[in-house]
Amino acid sequence: MNANNAINNNISNDLNNNKVHKPGFIAAKQLPIPTLEILKADGTLHAGAAPPALEQALARKIYQTMIYIRVLDERMVAAQRQGRLSFYLTCTGEEAAVIGAAAACEPADMIMGQYREQGALRFRGFTTEQFMNQMLSNEKDLGKGRQMPIHYGTRALNYMTISSPLATQIPQAAGYAYGQKLDGEQACTLCYFGEGAASEGDFHAGLNMAAVLKAPVIFVCRNNGYAISTPTEEQFAGDGIASRGVGYGMQSIRVDGNDLLAVYAATVEARKIVIETNEPVLIETMSYRLGAHSTSDDPSGYRSREEEDKWREQDPIERMKNWLIKQQWWSEEEDTRSLEAYRKEVLDTLKRQEKLSPPALEELITDVYDQVPAHLQAQYDSLGEHLRKYPDHYPASRGA
Amino acid sequence: MATMNLLQAVNNALDIAMADNRRVICLGEDVGKFGGVFRATSHLQEKYGRERCFNTPLTEQGIAGFAIGLAAQGSVPVAEIQFADYIFPAFDQLVNEAAKFRYRSGNEFNVAGLTIRTPYGGGIAGGLYHSQSPESYFCHTPGLKVVVPSTPYQAKGLLLAAIRDPNPILFFEPKRLYRAAQGEVPEDDYELPLGRAEVVREGDDITLVAWGAQMDYLRQAAELAEADGISCELIDLRTLLPWDEETLAASVSKTGRLIVSHEAPRTGGFAGEICAAIQERCFLSLEAPICRVTGLDTPFPLVHEKEYLPDQLKVYEAIKATVSY
Repeated sequence: MNANNAINNNISNDLNNNKVHKPGFIAAKQLPIPTLEILKADGTLHAGAAPPALEQALARKIYQTMIYIRVLDERMVAAQRQGRLSFYLTCTGEEAAVIGAAAACEPADMIMGQYREQGALRFRGFTTEQFMNQMLSNEKDLGKGRQMPIHYGTRALNYMTISSPLATQIPQAAGYAYGQKLDGEQACTLCYFGEGAASEGDFHAGLNMAAVLKAPVIFVCRNNGYAISTPTEEQFAGDGIASRGVGYGMQSIRVDGNDLLAVYAATVEARKIVIETNEPVLIETMSYRLGAHSTSDDPSGYRSREEEDKWREQDPIERMKNWLIKQQWWSEEEDTRSLEAYRKEVLDTLKRQEKLSPPALEELITDVYDQVPAHLQAQYDSLGEHLRKYPDHYPASRGA
Repeated sequence: MATMNLLQAVNNALDIAMADNRRVICLGEDVGKFGGVFRATSHLQEKYGRERCFNTPLTEQGIAGFAIGLAAQGSVPVAEIQFADYIFPAFDQLVNEAAKFRYRSGNEFNVAGLTIRTPYGGGIAGGLYHSQSPESYFCHTPGLKVVVPSTPYQAKGLLLAAIRDPNPILFFEPKRLYRAAQGEVPEDDYELPLGRAEVVREGDDITLVAWGAQMDYLRQAAELAEADGISCELIDLRTLLPWDEETLAASVSKTGRLIVSHEAPRTGGFAGEICAAIQERCFLSLEAPICRVTGLDTPFPLVHEKEYLPDQLKVYEAIKATVSY
């Protein structure tokens, strides 16, 4: 009722009772948002920076997830080049931004990603077999062979199935989190998207709704410099994406996305705010997409090798490793051993899961609705007759 | 039983659904304290609180996306799009997201609880942007159900069924009938089956099929034809996706003639789908070509609305021409 009265009495539509008597405009550069940095490339801390409380076991798990994803990405790009996968998309360069945010959340928190967040999924416990099953569209794929590689999703791990249209998950995350709030769960929604997706209408709709309706969402914008070939200066004007969070009325922060400690520290704080206040928070992670957009893309057509090399020196994995070694929580030997083990696991599992059959033909018509409607069943029956007539022409169904 | 208009029936259904299930949530532009621009959500905020019945910012894509998220979480959102003419910013969310949610996830996730209500149709001097009938766009989308009531009794029973059906549903409300249609409506909770047509009136010479506000014109046309000794069978489809082919095919097999009518423009309209399906099923029973009586292939007009609408006289003339073919 108080809010209603406030609105009704607000006859001058004066937001903050701050008046001036000469025209004066405010430029974006007058309100610059700083970037949080904690960890330097050599693994030491910036002067005056305090590391977040991060226990050895968790720090090791985060790092192991980072190198696992680096290995998975390398091997899957190679497998795609060999024609064993139709498509792939790497997280290379953004492992700290993705995994650092996920590691600061709880398993009950829903993750709604864009498509480059396989690190968050791995952190939650997605197995190599599950990755392969999805990418190979085999009979064990949770998605039943319906989506292109990398469109993962699992209810057991609270990881919402990826959908190709950009930014659609942003207003959905607001709604999901609002439902969590109404149910009184001490849980929130972690919503990832890229800086390119932040140009979509759904970004603006979703942030506004989350802020106005008070939904506990942690929005993480992975600002990785490029949307396919389009650099950020051709994507937006003004002070990046973080400033937009402020504009929509939510607490916002910009962090060095290649700095695991900064991402983790910011997300721990963000989760506290979100759970305590039921209000959304925006984190902009400044990073760089070291790989191509996808296996269908070749970055040499739009950016220089020098630029890439410069960013390679900022590699989030090297930086984290240096820190862990300084803590005496990790060693070069363990690193080599782990990388080898992951490579072997990925390749062996790929080889094994490749042998599985595709999902049953019936999965073509299930899950359109909760039950197969009569008209669709009739279409399927007529398809079946045709397939039985020409079995060799339709290898995926083998005349089923 | 109580006498209700169509709007009161909708409001009553929402009230019952919210009382019955605490996870039912009503949202949309102006639906909160004000109760919606047509008052479909009157008093719901008062009764169930601001958290369960609330205004949203002015963003149809946001409303649809937010409702999808709620439904994915297990809530039962009933989102209002103020006019069907403004549903297009939400098209991506409805067609690419809601409709494919269960399929693309292999049933890991769904938006079972989602219902989108929206007033549609002409006859209220609303011009281009307060009159359209966009149902056929959504009927082309597997995964959605499309429901259109034509009476207060149907509005309540179908809306309760839609809210509880485990699939995303677009519920188009004929706003011309919001206050014009009055009828007896049980005060208790009841549902009408989705995907099933209603034979409103039996006849022998010709079948007339439509849905929503158009049923009103069919009824009047059938009465005019009756005076000429033509017996019309009237079928109200009620659900367009999935639609009840069986009931219509049985009727056309009996009468041998069919008129399909809708307010939306002809080309690409849902009548085309019905004609194609029925000629496949009933070719040997047909005594005359199936006839469509529809809006013109123009944007929805203002001053010439009466000329544009497929009214009872146009349907009556089509009946005579088809019977004497």
